[in-house]
Amino acid sequence: MSENAEDKAVAAPAQSAGATLTKDAAPGETLLKVTGLQKHFPIKKGLLQRQVGAVHAVDGLDFEVRAGETLGVVGESGCGKSTMGRLITRLLEPTGGTIEFEGKDITHLGVAGMRPMRRDVQMVFQDPYSSLNPRHTIGTIISAPFRLQGVEPEGGVKKEVQRLLSVVGLNPEHYNRYPHEFSGGQRQRIGIARALALKPKLVVADEPVSALDVSIQAQVVNLLDDLQQELGLTYVIIAHDLSVVRHVSDRIAVMYLGKIVELADRNSLYKAPMHPYTKALMSAVPIPDPARRGVKSERILLKGDVPSPISPPSGCRFHTRCWKATEICKTTEPPLLELRPGQRVACHHPENFEDQAPQDTILLSDAKEAAELVPDAVLEESAETSAAVAAETGAASDATTAEKAPAGKKQAEEK
Amino acid sequence: MTESTKSGAAVGEPAAASPAPSAFLEVRDLKVHFPTDDGLVKSVDGLSFTLEKGKTLGIVGESGSGKSVTSLGIMGLHTAGQYGKRKAQISGEIWLNGTELLSADPDHVRKLRGREMSMIFQDPLSALHPYYTIGQQIVEAYRIHHDVDKKTARRRAVEMLDRVGIPQPDKRVDNYPHEFSGGMRQRAMIAMSLVNNPELLIADEPTTALDVTVQAQILDLIRDLQKEFGSAVIIITHDLGVVAELADDLLVMYGGRCVERGPAEKVFYEPRHPYTWGLLGSMPRLDRDQQERLIPVKGSPPSLINIPSGCAFNPRCPYADVPKDNVTRTVRPELTEVGSKHWAACHMSQEQRERIWTEEIAPKL
Repeated sequence: MSENAEDKAVAAPAQSAGATLTKDAAPGETLLKVTGLQKHFPIKKGLLQRQVGAVHAVDGLDFEVRAGETLGVVGESGCGKSTMGRLITRLLEPTGGTIEFEGKDITHLGVAGMRPMRRDVQMVFQDPYSSLNPRHTIGTIISAPFRLQGVEPEGGVKKEVQRLLSVVGLNPEHYNRYPHEFSGGQRQRIGIARALALKPKLVVADEPVSALDVSIQAQVVNLLDDLQQELGLTYVIIAHDLSVVRHVSDRIAVMYLGKIVELADRNSLYKAPMHPYTKALMSAVPIPDPARRGVKSERILLKGDVPSPISPPSGCRFHTRCWKATEICKTTEPPLLELRPGQRVACHHPENFEDQAPQDTILLSDAKEAAELVPDAVLEESAETSAAVAAETGAASDATTAEKAPAGKKQAEEK
Repeated sequence: MTESTKSGAAVGEPAAASPAPSAFLEVRDLKVHFPTDDGLVKSVDGLSFTLEKGKTLGIVGESGSGKSVTSLGIMGLHTAGQYGKRKAQISGEIWLNGTELLSADPDHVRKLRGREMSMIFQDPLSALHPYYTIGQQIVEAYRIHHDVDKKTARRRAVEMLDRVGIPQPDKRVDNYPHEFSGGMRQRAMIAMSLVNNPELLIADEPTTALDVTVQAQILDLIRDLQKEFGSAVIIITHDLGVVAELADDLLVMYGGRCVERGPAEKVFYEPRHPYTWGLLGSMPRLDRDQQERLIPVKGSPPSLINIPSGCAFNPRCPYADVPKDNVTRTVRPELTEVGSKHWAACHMSQEQRERIWTEEIAPKL
């Protein structure tokens, strides 16, 4: 990770300070637009290193990030979420698709072309131990962006670094200390200070809190929150912890095997998930409430493991583990459609919504097996809601459907 | 929860000197200290608890709070290492089924380890030997404690792999760990630790390295297996969600000490220690409406070499300045009973804590 951080930094030597530092993208406007983004890592074998296959880490992503918002990206390990983060920061070269930042195509910009961009897009890494160079002082680490971009901040580099340290809640007098003198949470703050040094527009944070203890995690989450409000930052936060993602995000993208399966506003997603995978993912999160111990009725267990991204399943990639899969799921890939305002789903048989392929009703044998792991209550409820929505002929009335969704029900029970 | 859970796994009174414990597992005033060049690291500093058969104890705390050191202590794995002259200094008593483990003959403890008590480790990839097949490793664990031929042992291994839900166990038994996925490796580890039907199972962060969907599978598996085998389980984790799923009793550790323990419901619904409040407030929750802000614990965990005198949580405690009656701040607070089978170690009076919890903390969670 540090390697990449350094590469990125080194890739941008002495850039004249003349680059425009405009804060022009108004809140709500599209800051970053990604179309059909792909990254395939070749698998090479043998003496001649012939390519024998490819890991389809990211396989056709479409989304946009609006200025001032936080986009959360969730998924299990190996779903390509980190690769996606590295593609949009251009630490990796995309295999296909386009990335536009503020309307400018940056998909295949070279090192020099990316230099002015580096100032606007910064990254916070997961592991605060390996992303800071142990032989550099904190002062050197945080001032590296100024040095590399040739920026002379007002009042001098040292003063600016000390200001940044106090912004992220560290003691400015620790300027000359080394990373090993700090705890994990403090190091993550250092990483954040470095990312903020050049006043970026977009900060991509790859699992910013997953290496931290619970109490420290909350400190960093709150810090990211405060910084966004003060500095008007836009975040892309990649994480596997669904509760953290819900807490920080405005919109959330759920990834499965290199694809976005659902992209929706936080509330719609958590109240009425439409993709079966989203539903399973959310039901699997252990709830810190002993009264619900052993209540299996709402938990959807997925059978087996995530298939290999080297040869992903045909059609819908989730069909091998989905309890609703039919023939069409095996043959036709569902497009990511905006079925409800602000909720895009790629599924033939979405939950909490009208069936997209009602003619196809015969379950695959895999699906029958998978359905055995799904509690009856969930199946019935899902049938009910689908029927209810169908009755409304897809009038997209969120209110009623959201009420019937399990998330809504849980909250109702709480009260 | 039900009556049975409350009454079953009694969380015992801090150790009295008399032996003959009635509980299945009783730990009394356990101390594990490591001498280092920088000073004595007091990883565990006076920990007592009891656990009955068929019950689950959850130990929660941050990294460095002594959770894992406790579990290794029970397994007798601190003294076992002969590398270098630096050994852990262990004192206290660990009673398992009427045997005191710390003073027992190491050979005897070795016989118990794996048979009476066994452990699931956090990272299955480093806990499994990469050079041996899964089957060989399970067979070894079985044959150490049972005088059977290889064929019988292999049958037993296949049977266990099947029990933990590995597909085609008769084929997978000959696979190497690298041929298994993360979730399957953890299943294989569980199979290995249960092959001798241990009465005590210690799971040290069994699902931390796993994805949430796989975690759900493994937690269900542990719960089912416990029902089937009736073992006592200690589950160590930093994830309050995981303990809420499994544990009957909860023990919250901070700086090598127990700050609160009691039935899980009590600790979750009526916590009586500011650190437990902090843990609950730090956690974003899916089952509640969106909180505006998390309430983190300020500062960072203490150094185990210089544990703050008095209450270890004092420097981070938001209520450190609350006036307390007849209390010397440098005195370490003892665990006092705050409810039925519910103990907490705090200098604030019980009324103060009750008031703070109900008026200030609980409404914000």
